[in-house]
Amino acid sequence: MQVTITINGEQVARDVEPRQLLVHFIRDTPGLTGTHWGCDTSNCGACVVLMDGQPIKSCTTLAAMCEGHEIRTVESLETGGELDPIQQGFHEKHALHCGFCTPGMLMTTRALLDENPNPTDEEIRTAISGGICRCTGYKNIVAAVQWAAQHEAATRQEV
Amino acid sequence: MATVENLPSETQERPIGFGRLKRKEDARFIRGKGTYLDDIRLPGMVHGAVLRSPFAHARIVSIDTSRALAHPGVAAVVTAKDLETLGLAWMPTISYDTQAVLAGDKVRFQGQEVAFVVATDEYTARDALQLIDVEYEPLPAVVNARKALDPDAPLIRDDKSGQTDNLASPTWEAGDEDAADRAFAEADTVVTRDIIYPRCHPAPLETCGMIADFNPQTGQLNIYNGNQAPHAHRTVYAHVAGLAEHMIRIQCNDIGGGFGNKVPVYPGYVCAIAGSIVAGVPVKWVEDRSENLMSTGFARDYVMHAEMCSKDGKITGLRVDVIADHGAFDSTAQPTKFPAGFFHIVCGSYDLEAAHVKVKAVYTNKAPGGVAYRCSFRITEAVYLVERMVDALAVEMGVDPIELRMNSFIGPEQFPYETTTGWTFDSGNYAETMKVAMDIAGYDDLRREQAEKRARGELMGIGVSFFTEGVGAGPRKHMDILGLAMNDGADLRVHPSGKAVVSISAQTQGQGHETTFAQIVAEELGIPPEDVQVRHGDTDRSPYGLGTYGSRSTPVSGAAVAVVSRKVRDKARLIAATMLETRPEDLAWEKGRWYVKGDPEKAAKIEDISVRAYSGEPLPEGMEGGLDAQVIYDPPNLTYPYGAYIAVVDVDPETAAVTVRRFIAVDDCGVRINPMIVDGQIHGGLAEGIGIALMEVITFDEEGNCLNGSFMDYLIPTALECPDFELGETVTPCPHHPLGAKGVGESPNVGSPPAIVNAVIDALHESHGVTHIDMPCTPARVWAAMQGRPEPPQ
Repeated sequence: MQVTITINGEQVARDVEPRQLLVHFIRDTPGLTGTHWGCDTSNCGACVVLMDGQPIKSCTTLAAMCEGHEIRTVESLETGGELDPIQQGFHEKHALHCGFCTPGMLMTTRALLDENPNPTDEEIRTAISGGICRCTGYKNIVAAVQWAAQHEAATRQEV
Repeated sequence: MATVENLPSETQERPIGFGRLKRKEDARFIRGKGTYLDDIRLPGMVHGAVLRSPFAHARIVSIDTSRALAHPGVAAVVTAKDLETLGLAWMPTISYDTQAVLAGDKVRFQGQEVAFVVATDEYTARDALQLIDVEYEPLPAVVNARKALDPDAPLIRDDKSGQTDNLASPTWEAGDEDAADRAFAEADTVVTRDIIYPRCHPAPLETCGMIADFNPQTGQLNIYNGNQAPHAHRTVYAHVAGLAEHMIRIQCNDIGGGFGNKVPVYPGYVCAIAGSIVAGVPVKWVEDRSENLMSTGFARDYVMHAEMCSKDGKITGLRVDVIADHGAFDSTAQPTKFPAGFFHIVCGSYDLEAAHVKVKAVYTNKAPGGVAYRCSFRITEAVYLVERMVDALAVEMGVDPIELRMNSFIGPEQFPYETTTGWTFDSGNYAETMKVAMDIAGYDDLRREQAEKRARGELMGIGVSFFTEGVGAGPRKHMDILGLAMNDGADLRVHPSGKAVVSISAQTQGQGHETTFAQIVAEELGIPPEDVQVRHGDTDRSPYGLGTYGSRSTPVSGAAVAVVSRKVRDKARLIAATMLETRPEDLAWEKGRWYVKGDPEKAAKIEDISVRAYSGEPLPEGMEGGLDAQVIYDPPNLTYPYGAYIAVVDVDPETAAVTVRRFIAVDDCGVRINPMIVDGQIHGGLAEGIGIALMEVITFDEEGNCLNGSFMDYLIPTALECPDFELGETVTPCPHHPLGAKGVGESPNVGSPPAIVNAVIDALHESHGVTHIDMPCTPARVWAAMQGRPEPPQ
């Protein structure tokens, strides 16, 4: 079947099997292997992307379900050579080790900050609890999100 | 433009050498630009999938692959019969056992590899698995290690000539049995416990997989495979596949976590290689999560019986009898001469009079593995046992668990300390580290809070553990794996411009080697770490060595990098003497330059010396040009990091759910090269320890069906189950490591489970009389213990 999905602002049209998973559709698009697959069962969150601004798990979403929707992946965070503050925060606070969960964590927390620019630690922990990080123990991810929230607040004040 | 390289840094600290340097590798990972195995696509590549056994134990009557072969897009279906013609039906394990690559005679665990399909894409390959008809004749299964040696237990390894029972390896002993018996005869208090360290799984977020690319014209085999020991794997493939070792190249690229799971060679790898040799095109095989949990290297599964005794308020003796459950094939990862790994470090951090340890191993109808899940060869099991026993003894004696530990510690003046089971601990000041943990925790206040809560019927527990690990295997005179000495190489090349490339045999799976090892060179040569490129993960471009597990990167490979840097520095001194027209002995070193003693303005910097080294200008008589060096580092001893951990838990009296409210970890891992990365390693290991203590377990029903074959059932802590970890440190340098470092990666996983379980028991002892509970402390199991029915894991 023919499916057209907007990924990172570009329309991607492809003939796919009805059963094709969104994560595979995305990863088959040249240059977009940042979205990872980790578990099959919606538990690990390595595959999280944004659909119309909301985080979803692309390993349990069919590509066909995304016809006409806007998908954002980790590759869209850096714009015009400028890193997103959430990317900067993860680097500043050592919120990644192996990097495999990182794209999902980045997209999840980007969506959190879009909705709640000033989250508490508890709100951050709840937001990322749909994902698993095997390396960091989450402490530094919480710190990274707080770093990004503070820097975004400072930027808003400047503007 | 903001890039990782020029981000505004919060701290002004920009260390030349050691310090909280932010990681170089982040730049690609935060952009989604890492290169993990499944991200690699080669021209003409086809895809493999593995058919697995639904039975734990069954005879294979027949395999019919005709329907699968007829399926559009299927290129080949490989079974044991096909592999027999290639001599690949069985492969050696890293413990000198054999393991079926594809089952031919019978299957011996649920999830065992039976056939391998090669097809145009992964969906088609998996479709074809459904079209393979296998007729099985089910056999009785044994999954309980305690029953594996019963006379009526089914014989699992009838493929091994002379094997008449399920004994996998005979009893191995350490310590002095008579001396231990004497200590117990003279003791005033004795406690006995049966303790299980249940089967769990490292479950890295990226599963295992391989791309094998055999070129029939050149005979070159290129392998893409995220594994923790690429050089050792290459040697194994050369032996297994009968290929020339120099014609095999393994590239690891980025690895999405390992934790021990990516140490072994798996049947799927051999199938991918065989598939590429037969098909002449690259073959990619990537397992799914269930395959990872059900068939690849599990951890632990130690069934332990222990006795501990004390005299005059001090721990004096320990006796331990263990059954190790290896599953259907013994592919335990450990140095050859240590069939129970380093389990006999079980005497812990205490100055015991005597100890005796017995370990025997059995086969069961469960997946093989026995890898370390972030621990140095069975030290996790040992630390868990001894720290549980100390707490049991403290309860029996009616003393505070910290007081008993303080009374029994090896004293700082006793180092180097020979343990009763044969280890030589390098350095330590245990009581000091324990006190730091007590201060951070506010231990006395916690005990007061606990007493108040008890009076109100609330269940709060405080648990302590104190561990000593032996990491950085190891000295070649004692330690090898499959005959390969456990050493590591380093190759340092300083280019004419003073920029350097250091190649190492350690293999990061997220530990930050590209940053830490650059810092070591930077510290030793006095050049900025951004001028040092760390090369690894490619057998064609790095020196031989045994890789990363057992916390051995910094103890072994880090030492190699320090030593090779010093060799370069020594050569630079000779060149500098020529440049400055003086004698080498008249020069003194400070970071980045050799200067004339007494005339510090007269100096040659490394970048000037490197220009000279490659120039046409004169060099010292007889010296070759260039500024580089190579070493193979053979550690003289293990290193012995240690730490004091305190867990504070709350148990819900209504649901028996355990919450880890606080966790205090004070680690002494010697000198810290990058404290930020060290802290990060500790955070991650603590989360895994919480998982093991509270939820992570691989269990089976009586027929051998795996009950935890997905992340729906194999539970891993999320951010909600992990507290805001509180860390502290003491620094006791390792006397024999060139940098004084000891290694840290596994300490938190080793040290945290006993602290948490001790805390759970501490919460329930007074009110419910609980004296023992086996992990994981799930609500159901804790509830059973509260009702007086402690249950062993399946």
